[in-house]
Amino acid sequence: MKELLLGNEAIARGLYEVGCKIISSYPGTPSTEITEAAAKYKEIYSEWAVNEKVAAEVAIGASFAGARACCAMKHVGLNVAADPLYTASYTGVNAGLVFVAADDPGMHSSQNEQDTRNHAIGAKVPVLEPSDSRECLDYIKLAFEISEEYDTPVILRLSTRVSHSRSIVTLSKREELENKKYIKNPEKYVMMPAMAKKRRVFIEERQKKLLELCEKGSFNSARMGDRKIGVITSGISYEYVKEALGDRASILKLGMTNPLPVDLIKNFAQKTDKLYVVEELDDIIESHCKKHAIEVTGKEIFPRYGELSQNIIKQAILGEKSEGVTSPFSDLPPRPPVLCPGCPHRALFYTLGKEKVFVSGDIGCYTLGALAPLNGMDTCVCMGASIGALHGYNKANEERTGSKSVAIIGDSTFIHSGITGLINIAYNKGTSKVIIADNSITGMTGHQQNPTSGYTLAGDPTATVDLEALAKAVGIKNVSVIDPNNLSESRKVIRQELNKDEPSVIISRRPCALLKYVKHEPAIVPNIEKCNGCGLCMQIGCPAISINEGKVRINETLCVGCGVCTQLCKRAVLTQEIKE
Amino acid sequence: MKDLAIMIVGVGGQGSLLASKLLGRLFMDAGLDVKVSEVHGMSQRGGSVVTYVKCGKKVYSPIIEEGQADIIISFEQLEAARWLPCLKKGGIIIMNTQTIMPMPVITGRAAYPEDIQEKLKECDIRLFTADALSLAKQVGSEKATNTVLLGVAARFSDIPKDKWIEAVKNTVPQKLLSLNLRAFELGYNL
Repeated sequence: MKELLLGNEAIARGLYEVGCKIISSYPGTPSTEITEAAAKYKEIYSEWAVNEKVAAEVAIGASFAGARACCAMKHVGLNVAADPLYTASYTGVNAGLVFVAADDPGMHSSQNEQDTRNHAIGAKVPVLEPSDSRECLDYIKLAFEISEEYDTPVILRLSTRVSHSRSIVTLSKREELENKKYIKNPEKYVMMPAMAKKRRVFIEERQKKLLELCEKGSFNSARMGDRKIGVITSGISYEYVKEALGDRASILKLGMTNPLPVDLIKNFAQKTDKLYVVEELDDIIESHCKKHAIEVTGKEIFPRYGELSQNIIKQAILGEKSEGVTSPFSDLPPRPPVLCPGCPHRALFYTLGKEKVFVSGDIGCYTLGALAPLNGMDTCVCMGASIGALHGYNKANEERTGSKSVAIIGDSTFIHSGITGLINIAYNKGTSKVIIADNSITGMTGHQQNPTSGYTLAGDPTATVDLEALAKAVGIKNVSVIDPNNLSESRKVIRQELNKDEPSVIISRRPCALLKYVKHEPAIVPNIEKCNGCGLCMQIGCPAISINEGKVRINETLCVGCGVCTQLCKRAVLTQEIKE
Repeated sequence: MKDLAIMIVGVGGQGSLLASKLLGRLFMDAGLDVKVSEVHGMSQRGGSVVTYVKCGKKVYSPIIEEGQADIIISFEQLEAARWLPCLKKGGIIIMNTQTIMPMPVITGRAAYPEDIQEKLKECDIRLFTADALSLAKQVGSEKATNTVLLGVAARFSDIPKDKWIEAVKNTVPQKLLSLNLRAFELGYNL
């Protein structure tokens, strides 16, 4: 049977067919749909872990137990999971173990750009790179075979365009596997110096064997066209090269990019006149070629950052440009993403803006609060950093800034890696104030459950983290809860907490306006006659509100009647009657 | 059927994902190779969203760049103007006449361009406009705007109408089906 699947869905299908029994992941664009799609197969135990490190450890443990296991994450998630990965490379596996990491060149939905192959080189584990959904399905199977045959975790590297493109795949049946027997073997599974030293030697032997594999494996193959131009490429870049050059070039497509073959590349180089390396992000294949004295052209003509494309390649290699319709438009206004109408984060940022505090931000929908007109964030680095960084900021100012600063972190991000930062504040006598923006869901990645939401990935009710009790248990005495959409009350509480010489946790609690169970009020109908166009309602940056010819307009299609604007209007233009 | 490259452009939340899924299904069932490239994550939150649908004997790159689109289906006027350079000369734009103000316009830092339709008419393109939002409201849900536009698109396709209807049936949730079929007809008969 044929299906049009996302790369991510094809990975899940491959996991099903290859007999994978466990997937544990933390959501992150562009990897999220892998685990969501896997959860639809009842044969695969699928879970949202609290973060990528735990997800990787769960997969490692399942592999030790003898079941084929996987963890999936975005590129920055692999940083969090790097610790278990680097040592799982030493222990190797019992049943197959695959890390799926999705890179985001061009940063469609990420705080940085990273090339996952660097981690693979560091951890000394093989990397496979599919180019489309069919290869996603094939390579995940191959990854498990390599993992078991060579006793190593394998990384499957995706990128946004592979993860989020649909192409046609042919489905087959699941291979049902018995768990392999676990046999106690501390020499292999307990990594302390005496054992690790021996496993370090094993890794070098494994590398040699993997090198032999990548010289002869069918996943690395030359597709000969015109021999004047030779291109070495991998992953999504192959598709761009093929579209740009067709048969006007010969292509060496590498399905495995760590380790990299030497003889195969040398042979290919001999058959072509001029050799190019086309790879997104870092110059890993190119450096490899240069190290082995193979003459190639690479990053001197291709960009080191952002996504590649057929046009970039065509222009760089052939000097040809494709032209479209000449546009009569210039200086079109951009359309950046915004907080949704009714989003509870909007009111919170408005209130913080009024208090003029330093805001140490974090990763989630609420990062959009950094944009105009809210301009509500001073810093944002990585998942969980808001809390640790604010503590450092305040210590550097000898805690004098404690009353004029807050960290803001979402419920899911707090669980991911904010808790440790909070314990650090309490333990080290900090005074920092932490606001947990609890919207009862992992929002930005498209509504995933988490330990504060009370439901598992499968939608089953489960234990819920009690944020208030948790904050108290780690030593925070001042814990309060606000409804951010109640502007006067939340401002009163925030001001009161800011004035304390002790650390505080303020839980700003209101569910995401996009959640199905959240009932919306009718759109606000402005009393235009009374409006003098003062613009107070515009300060919250609601996409449903605009001013036209000096009068407020509410877009009734967008407005969900959250009522925050009605609290700002001083002339009773924007009013709301809430029926109980 | 020759190779076809379609862009669906609009504002996050307007329903372009369903439209691209439907087109992908339609072309696959017609025996063609297909690639559909979607946008997920941060760019969906009310931002400018573009989806690519390509079909033919064999499709390689999932994306469409300057001068490569045969058809642009735009859910919003400014977005049609934004992505215009991706259209081949003489290509087709199917545009919903709805306008949605982006945040820089709302905050007064930029102006929404005037006369988008007039300017587009002067370009080397074939422009078709529809008040798809109103038509969708007519059948009972503004969420059917995408199906109205697909109805318009169906008129320019080599694929027979009954195959389009089959694709609607295969993509749209059952309880919204009759509403969407009516929306499709309204677009098709414009």
